[in-house]
Amino acid sequence: MSAIDATERSNDRSLAASCAVLGAAVGIFGIAFGVGSVAAGGSVAMTCVMSLLVFTGASQFSAVSVIASGGSTAAALAGASLLAARNGVYGLAMSRTLRGSLLKRIVAAQITIDESTAMSSAQEEPRAARLAFWCTGLSVYVFWNAGTLTGALAGNAIDPEKFGLDAAFPAGFVAMVIPHLRHRSGRRAAAIGAVICAVTIPFMPAGVPILCASVGVLVGVKRP
Amino acid sequence: MCISWCAGGGKATMTWTLVLVLSAIAYACKVTGLVIIGGRELPEVADRCLSLIPAALVSALIVNSTFGGDDGIVVDARAVGVVAAILVATKRAPLVVVIVTGAAVTAVVRAIGLAP
Repeated sequence: MSAIDATERSNDRSLAASCAVLGAAVGIFGIAFGVGSVAAGGSVAMTCVMSLLVFTGASQFSAVSVIASGGSTAAALAGASLLAARNGVYGLAMSRTLRGSLLKRIVAAQITIDESTAMSSAQEEPRAARLAFWCTGLSVYVFWNAGTLTGALAGNAIDPEKFGLDAAFPAGFVAMVIPHLRHRSGRRAAAIGAVICAVTIPFMPAGVPILCASVGVLVGVKRP
Repeated sequence: MCISWCAGGGKATMTWTLVLVLSAIAYACKVTGLVIIGGRELPEVADRCLSLIPAALVSALIVNSTFGGDDGIVVDARAVGVVAAILVATKRAPLVVVIVTGAAVTAVVRAIGLAP
């Protein structure tokens, strides 16, 4: 074994470890989702199937928070679908990194989410980028679903408001929005989205203000 | 199963329809980007607008889940927790620390009776 191989292996190991830590952190969010979903009237089975199949945190939280605030299934679907659309954009970005068989890319599609895309695009080497994508995606998948099951089972027993878990949703969204505020157009889109939502909440059915907020993306029509 | 299907007509609740339709939509989005149009070029303007979806929608979700209530805007203990979460998040704290701070501060504000 050459010295270069040894360095490469130790780099791979530390990259895989940070991907696993990221997955574990997301697992805590999975617990909050499980609790929130059961509190919104979902069964344990419904909640777990949602995490296994939908597997995109912001959309799932959005759907559950719309239902919890009294919105219809259609309103919940509409907002969650708009949020899910960004994974399509991540897929476009990842398609340059992820080559291989059709079957492999069909599996990769399910784990194309914020975390796997962010971890992968932070790597310089194409090989490390692929490793980061798969390690992060699979680790988040395992922890998110384990967390969902734990939260869904515990959710029957605990009062989410007593533990402030209703504030865990917006707090998580705060952490998720910050990377998008580094650019001027992101800050403007976020400000427009927040203001439109606040102004329309008193007049619109639950969930619809989030759809109205999508007007903020029109900031992108103008060249930066 | 019947309970969830038949419970409609009145109070909103989670349904299998929501879970399964959202699953199909979410996977369709992922597979469209990565497999179907992956590698092709989009018009630059569409690319720019799509990349702003998370900024616009996630900030709206923050407002909605912080102040949303049965009667329009409600300011309660959640607002204090979210301000604490913003302070921690701008110090580049990891996701889990931000979430735990938001929840813990909200729980404490409620426990000492400062806000509902």
